[in-house]
Amino acid sequence: MKRIYVNEKWCLGCHLCEYYCAYANSNESDMVKALKNIKIRPKIKIEELNGVTSAVSCRHCNEPYCVKGCISGALSINEGVINIDKNKCIGCFTCVLSCPYGAIEPDEDGVVDKCELCMKNSFGSPQCVKGCPNNAIVYEERG
Amino acid sequence: MAINFLYPKFEVIRNQDRCISCRVCERQCANEVHYYNEESKVMLSDESKCVCCHRCVSLCPTKALKIVKTDHTFRPHSSWNSEVIEDIYRQAETGGVLLSSMGNPKEYPVYFDKMLINASQVTNPSIDPLREPMETRVSLGKKNIDIERDENGKIVDNLPPQIKLEVPIMFSAMSYGSISYNAHESLARAAKELGIVYNTGEGGLHEDFYQYGKHTIVQVASGRFGVHKEYLNAGCAVEIKMGQGAKPGIGGHLPGEKVGEDISKTRMIPKGSDAISPAPHHDIYSIEDLRQLVFSLKEATNYTKPVIVKISAVHNVAAIASGIARSGADIIAIDGFRGGTGAAPTRIRDNVGIPIELALASVDERLRAEGIRNNVSLVVGGSIRSSADIVKAIALGADAVYIATSALMALGCHLCRNCQSGLCNWGIATQREDLVRRLNPNLGYKRVVNLINAWTHEIKEMMGGMGINSIESLKGNRLMLRGVGLNEKELEILGIKHAGE
Amino acid sequence: MKYVIIGSSIAAIGCIEGIRSVDKKSEITVISKEDTFIYSRPLISYLIEEKTSLEKMRYREDDFYEKQNCKTYLGREVIKINDKNKVVILNNNEKIAYDKLMIATGSRPFIPEIKGIEKVKNKFTFMTLDDALSLKKKLTENKNVLILGAGLIGLKCAEAVMDKVKSVTVVDLAKRILPSILDEDGCKIVTKHIENKGVNLILDDSIDSIDEKNAILKSGKEIEYDIFVIAVGVRANTELAKETGLKTNRAIITDEKGKTSNKDIYAAGDCTESYDITSDDTKVLALLPNAYLKGETAGINMAGGDKTYDNAMPMNSLGLFGLHMVTAGSYEGESYIDINENETNYKRLIYKNNLLKGFIIIGDVRRCGIYTKLIREKIDLRQIDFELIKDKPQLMAFSRKYRDETLGGVK
Repeated sequence: MKRIYVNEKWCLGCHLCEYYCAYANSNESDMVKALKNIKIRPKIKIEELNGVTSAVSCRHCNEPYCVKGCISGALSINEGVINIDKNKCIGCFTCVLSCPYGAIEPDEDGVVDKCELCMKNSFGSPQCVKGCPNNAIVYEERG
Repeated sequence: MAINFLYPKFEVIRNQDRCISCRVCERQCANEVHYYNEESKVMLSDESKCVCCHRCVSLCPTKALKIVKTDHTFRPHSSWNSEVIEDIYRQAETGGVLLSSMGNPKEYPVYFDKMLINASQVTNPSIDPLREPMETRVSLGKKNIDIERDENGKIVDNLPPQIKLEVPIMFSAMSYGSISYNAHESLARAAKELGIVYNTGEGGLHEDFYQYGKHTIVQVASGRFGVHKEYLNAGCAVEIKMGQGAKPGIGGHLPGEKVGEDISKTRMIPKGSDAISPAPHHDIYSIEDLRQLVFSLKEATNYTKPVIVKISAVHNVAAIASGIARSGADIIAIDGFRGGTGAAPTRIRDNVGIPIELALASVDERLRAEGIRNNVSLVVGGSIRSSADIVKAIALGADAVYIATSALMALGCHLCRNCQSGLCNWGIATQREDLVRRLNPNLGYKRVVNLINAWTHEIKEMMGGMGINSIESLKGNRLMLRGVGLNEKELEILGIKHAGE
Repeated sequence: MKYVIIGSSIAAIGCIEGIRSVDKKSEITVISKEDTFIYSRPLISYLIEEKTSLEKMRYREDDFYEKQNCKTYLGREVIKINDKNKVVILNNNEKIAYDKLMIATGSRPFIPEIKGIEKVKNKFTFMTLDDALSLKKKLTENKNVLILGAGLIGLKCAEAVMDKVKSVTVVDLAKRILPSILDEDGCKIVTKHIENKGVNLILDDSIDSIDEKNAILKSGKEIEYDIFVIAVGVRANTELAKETGLKTNRAIITDEKGKTSNKDIYAAGDCTESYDITSDDTKVLALLPNAYLKGETAGINMAGGDKTYDNAMPMNSLGLFGLHMVTAGSYEGESYIDINENETNYKRLIYKNNLLKGFIIIGDVRRCGIYTKLIREKIDLRQIDFELIKDKPQLMAFSRKYRDETLGGVK
């Protein structure tokens, strides 16, 4: 399974991954149109402490507590990618309580949202990776 | 507050229609040009701090930024132009020597651009490098003319030590200190992959990079920083730096704030202390003195490494080179007046030295005339900008070229010429950890490799066009060059005919 | 190999998926009293509230059993387990043989003894889809709803019906709401919030007697009502297990593999007890994640795999009238408390012997799973920056090595 890996050594804390994520999941074909005057809600987020930065997004765990604890069946595993069916989600946030990385967050509609590796949007491959200027975020098969 | 006479040199043009206030420009500008105004929810800029390095422009995801040269003007005067005026204001304000970096930006003639390369037509066939082998390998060092035989009549391998290069390109000296760890790693890894060499500069060799030794030239300069026996033996050659094209006649100065833990260890100087390289080597006042150092280094390396003597291209360069060629040195490196630097007094950078093309031609000519050309290999540097410059340099008589500015540009350098500030936004000429991190050697080294590979293809194309299949056959082959727009004297020094002749 | 599963809720689904992760072929038979699509019970309040629908609330796709190659007996009840011959007997006397049996019979609402309760027609429990659908039919704007029980089920029911009826009154014997998951300070915040939303809360009181229209409380108070919902708690369905001679306490006792005292019989879900790693004792953890994880573990072991479920603990996440709260673990130990000025955000972390034992967070629940991880994996708080993480759950509180291994995939 290809997964996103973050090499903290090269993370610049530029936050571009967040913006490329928000754009990729906006359904807009232009980044300006998608993100102008918008408070973004990216599914990958930079953590920052005393100059150390790192990007955190869903690890697509092999044994995902979020999926196993999901009370509505909204979270499921599809060929190794953990998907969220926002239509089914009722916003109980059990997954938020379960995720060891804090990678699932409530969104503005009261349901949760998470990284789906851009598999369901028009890009088809993780755009945070593409937007990272320093190769800190990579999308690789590592067995 | 005193009146500020200086108007910002550049203007940050932000297309507010495209700006999404992601603040990447703000986060990425070490000069703190950009800032976000919470109240009006827009990005603003303090242009007086902009050095035009394009970090923001390159990272802006919506291409909302461009930097333009200000068209603010002083009353036009061809002699007292705005640069002259501004420098005067600056010095009147500070009382200091003006500092700048990278190469001489003034409008002196670029002789490479006034020489054209030949190609075969009809009478001798050109060669298609995609179909036929092309030899770009060179070996640098003293070439013995005398053949020695043993008692059985077999030829004795008496070839002095050589530097072997897959292509006649080397990365010139840049110290760890003047450039970052990641820049050094990028160059070292690129050199290894390309089968060429890079140069430590006068900064010692970081322990992590001994693994690239075969592809490393270790430098010994007037400050002798980081020099010890293992260091001298770590590389494939030792270079004595007598001078540098960007600042002939003066030494170097790495400010104490750049001398952190790692650099202090590598340079063997106390942490936080200024690293001052004197203008001269205090033990060298003559060719004889130089000879002593050359042989000291040969002794130290058990005569296994060629010794390079690097000088800047100055007025009497041919005579100086002649002396060096007799000093026991194996290779002479000449650095032209456009060569780069991490910091130099502006007046020196802009006014001292001579063009490398003329220096090369006259040195090659002089050594041939004196019959000592094979005593040494000639390497030239100082603004080699393209494969065409390399072909021309070799045709003028060089064995190989030194490149640095173009290699740094492959790593991201935008020639903002502000290295001396230590705030390089591209992670090259800085020691600030957060900035150094911006240069990921995994990406950087590949870009350098790409550049040299591209140039190698082009060199082969040009050689093939001339009907030449070995770089050795191009060396000193001045018939392959013609001048355009050059006067008699210039043609004479360059040893080439004018186009049409 | 023949697998038989009694029950069709979350533990049963977990069990099927667990079996199938090991054994793709053998027959699985599912027997369930409920004859409906697969759903999860906590969703019934959302169904009434119309935050979900019969369509959307399917826990698994409608062809789940087919795809998992399961034979189903829906609407059937197992009346006896013959563990000697390894067969179960259905209420139509049909016998089904098993090699490995899963008991996932869940629990049922507890109905307290109240004078007159047997005569009340409009009384409901709030547990199954049927309960919800029949309650929903009765909800109209002019109805007054009386709910007995201010626990999770009672309050979720109150929230669900609130906008559809004239009034909602919740009565509980306890002095405070949600006593099993909230502490006193947390209760205050939530109580204030739901009262502001219009719920009429009567605590420290109980219904003495009831008739078709009125309930008389112990305190003498009289409440007029139209619909009566009983939500005072549940009891594990352990009868089958007891009759078969399996070890039970308040619920069926299993080991960490999900196995009961009979080597071929497993059990999971609300009908079982689990070992709570935060309080060091065994209890019924009637929680959905627990049911799934235990069911899955049992399924894997039934099919010959090897899996241990040894990190069960109480975990609750719920919203009430727009206010979210998450709780986990147990609350004995030292506390770090952060309560903001207007008292809408509350955080209490409980730690003991350098381990995080539990937490209660009301309001901003973002990334609280990082705290859960600390409890679940018993991470020594001296190994992380506890001061930092107290303030905000974050991975920066962990070591660089940890981040490199988890985020960076460094082995």
